[in-house]
Amino acid sequence: MIQFLLIALLSLLAQFLLPWWSLALVAFLVCLTTRSKALSAFGAGFFGVALVWLIYALVVQFRTDGVLTGRMSELLVKANQPALLIGVTVLLGGVVGGLAGLSGYYVRQAVQNQGRIHPAE
Amino acid sequence: MKYFKAALSLTITLVIVWALNRPWGSIPAFGPLLSPFVGFWQNAEPAASPDETLDINGTRAPITVLFDDLGIPHVFAQNDYDAYFAQGYLTARDRLWQMEFQTHAAAGRLSEIVGERALDFDRYNRRLGLGYGAEKAVQTMMVNPTSRQIVEAYTAGINAWISQLTPADYPIEYKLLGYAPEPWAPIKCAYLLKQMTSTLASGADDLEMTNILRKFGPAITADLFPSYPTREDPIIPPGTKWDFAALPLPKPPADSGRLLDQTASRFDVHIPRPNREIGSNNWAVGAQKSATGYPILANDPHLGLSLPSIWYQIQLVTPTMNVYGASLPGAPGVVIGFNKDVAWGVTNVGADILDFYTVRFKDASRQAYWHDGQWKPVRQRIEVIKVKGKPVVQDTVLYTHHGPVVYSPNTQPFRGNIPVGHAARWVAHEPANDLMCFYHLNRAKTYDDYTKALAQYAAPAQNFVFASNQKDIAISPNGYFPLKYKNQGKFILDGTNPADDWHGRIPPDQNPRVKNPPRGFVSSANQSSTDPSYPYYINWEFAPSERGRRINQRLSAMQRATVDSLRQLQNDNYNLKAADALPICLPLLKADALNSNHQKALAVLKTWRLNNDTTEIGPTIFNEWMNRLMQTVWNDEFGGNDSVPLRMPSFDRTLTLMQRDPNARWFDNVRTPARESLIDVVTQSFSAACDTLAKQHGAIGRSWAWGPHKGTDIRHLLPGLDAFSVLNLNVGGGSGIVNATSERWGPSWRMVVALGPQPKAYGLYPGGQSGNPGSPLYQNMIEKWAKGELYELLYLQSPTDAHKRLVKKLTLN
Repeated sequence: MIQFLLIALLSLLAQFLLPWWSLALVAFLVCLTTRSKALSAFGAGFFGVALVWLIYALVVQFRTDGVLTGRMSELLVKANQPALLIGVTVLLGGVVGGLAGLSGYYVRQAVQNQGRIHPAE
Repeated sequence: MKYFKAALSLTITLVIVWALNRPWGSIPAFGPLLSPFVGFWQNAEPAASPDETLDINGTRAPITVLFDDLGIPHVFAQNDYDAYFAQGYLTARDRLWQMEFQTHAAAGRLSEIVGERALDFDRYNRRLGLGYGAEKAVQTMMVNPTSRQIVEAYTAGINAWISQLTPADYPIEYKLLGYAPEPWAPIKCAYLLKQMTSTLASGADDLEMTNILRKFGPAITADLFPSYPTREDPIIPPGTKWDFAALPLPKPPADSGRLLDQTASRFDVHIPRPNREIGSNNWAVGAQKSATGYPILANDPHLGLSLPSIWYQIQLVTPTMNVYGASLPGAPGVVIGFNKDVAWGVTNVGADILDFYTVRFKDASRQAYWHDGQWKPVRQRIEVIKVKGKPVVQDTVLYTHHGPVVYSPNTQPFRGNIPVGHAARWVAHEPANDLMCFYHLNRAKTYDDYTKALAQYAAPAQNFVFASNQKDIAISPNGYFPLKYKNQGKFILDGTNPADDWHGRIPPDQNPRVKNPPRGFVSSANQSSTDPSYPYYINWEFAPSERGRRINQRLSAMQRATVDSLRQLQNDNYNLKAADALPICLPLLKADALNSNHQKALAVLKTWRLNNDTTEIGPTIFNEWMNRLMQTVWNDEFGGNDSVPLRMPSFDRTLTLMQRDPNARWFDNVRTPARESLIDVVTQSFSAACDTLAKQHGAIGRSWAWGPHKGTDIRHLLPGLDAFSVLNLNVGGGSGIVNATSERWGPSWRMVVALGPQPKAYGLYPGGQSGNPGSPLYQNMIEKWAKGELYELLYLQSPTDAHKRLVKKLTLN
């Protein structure tokens, strides 16, 4: 839960200042520096980023009456389906965040548990 | 194992991020495109936004901008520099991508953005010398202190906008294509004007005409391609006296027959034929015809319908002017508009201002060419074309004093091994300062100001209509018209003979012009500029006369004209071409050769009221029939092919032939053993047209209705971007109709201005002020446009004016 909140909050801040892929950096670093399990690291990365992207996308959607989402969905998914485009957006952010979180976890395992026997292995 | 998992997951993550962060061919980079923080989401704009005060570098005094509910800026500046600065800033804010894309196109730089598929287009524009012309134009602009100031101010304004953009702010097209805007420069204003010249005045059928002359000889060519049409009502009313002493005309060369041997029958590059759909209407009714007692002026330029809109509305107020109208994104000032005292508008003049010369090179090195009895040096210009994802392409273009050699020498050289090429002489290569014309029109108060402004204009030549609150009306086909012998440039010219050179220009004050004609109105619709009494040659063929004749019919009959009666005339759907043709064609139909379906179609045509309204079936049948008829009559002899391109005689000439010479040999299809008569041709084309329509739409009925059959599309500038286009609008009118809305062309701006103590003006264009598909102002005017309605144009007097349609205030400090 802490990881999820940290990733959501820090990736939000990072993406206001840095390129979009800073979200991956944040998810990676958070999972590198905090303790968790593999699945929860992925989940924290996935949902942390996805939540931020979803909320931001919805804010834009409602603030602008979806003026562009309809056109972009016609362009990208060949149908006027704003919901689908929002879904694709959230999924893309989530997958990148999740994978980065998982990488953080595995690197942590590799670095931190050096020389020790881990019961899970 | 631990290391392996760490390395594997890290690698997968990095590869995915990398793959999402870059474009793949025409597939955009999805990471940055979909990110709500930087992607397309950032381009979505809410309907309302609060007042703003911005500190930007480069203004000389605070500027107040009031936006109305259509997003049209009304700029109040304390000096001219600031007004043009603000125009640049605001236009870039709304139209940056379009401005840059259009100027990139003119400069032959589209390959940089879209890759190899634009290479031929880029090469063509460069070979035609758009860049060469723009370089000359910008030099001229920068010499004149006034034009220099307005171009520099406009440029600074655009760059003030660009310099504060982050990638998240870039217009959506940059994000889709994966590139970034570059700084604006004065030459881009020149590129834009050359682009307009290229759109409106770069067609030529000199090659086709030369092939026809070669194939059929001078007598038939002159007969079928006459220098003045049968049905015509020229822009300058016949009987207008020419109040000048004309210069002597240049003498045609004694021996031009030799030329036919050295001219290639085809070019290596496709030169577009003049597009007869490009056209426009404008007119002004005088005080005696108007209900207000003051002139009323109307204009609707027809161009390719596109998004972002071609025009950008703006009002500019400074101590030296208060002008409102349509501007071109990329050029400072207002191109079509009005101020307190005058209004003006433009339509295209189809002048003969692009000619081709055969060039005789000394040898295969092509370093010298023969002209006026001596070898002259050829200049080389290296065009460097950057191509996205590919190596740079270099193209060497050869320049003679005529202009660039657009075509590499053909396979049929002149005499032995002497290579022959074709050089283009084009008005866009003349140094000119067209912006000054608009600078002065924007500030004009009287007829004299109008004529002085017009003298500064070169290309693309336009019919400038004018009206003032001193109750003057006027019109002038105006621009740089080269001084030529009659029909010089109808055929390819001899580049070795100085008699075929352009001989300077028609003096600007001798361009055709009429002021306050007795008939009480002036008008133009791209038809012949004058009747044959005008002493100079402008062109041998102009756009067909139907729109012009129809406008003149209506205006002649009109009394007590109002803004609304002129608006209705802009939407007039009467098909004068059908009124000309049906009385000739219908009696020729062989009734016993028609089946019952054809008979039904014939019955529809006979009861048709000759209007191109959306629900009518008549125009669908008529249009298809006439296209077929022209093909059937001419395709056997004048169809041409790729190696010897030809063209058909005009519709006007064809009708005249049907009337006066029904037994002409041309009606026979030489590809069949039988001898077809005119009756056969008319009947066959009619039944073929009906059969085609039945195949396309089913049995005759509502599915044949003109509106959906024609379908009008307003397409985004990037081909294939349907999601940003508006397709299949149900609009009446058509090619050759006053309401000239065809499939892809139409009124790109409609304006009606009632002059008076205070002007009252109305207008709109098919699009919106914003070029951003994510803005509610992207296409918001299309609905009214399609209905033929207009918005009132708010002509404000001061930054403190209150009006219920003003929605936002922007202060630039």
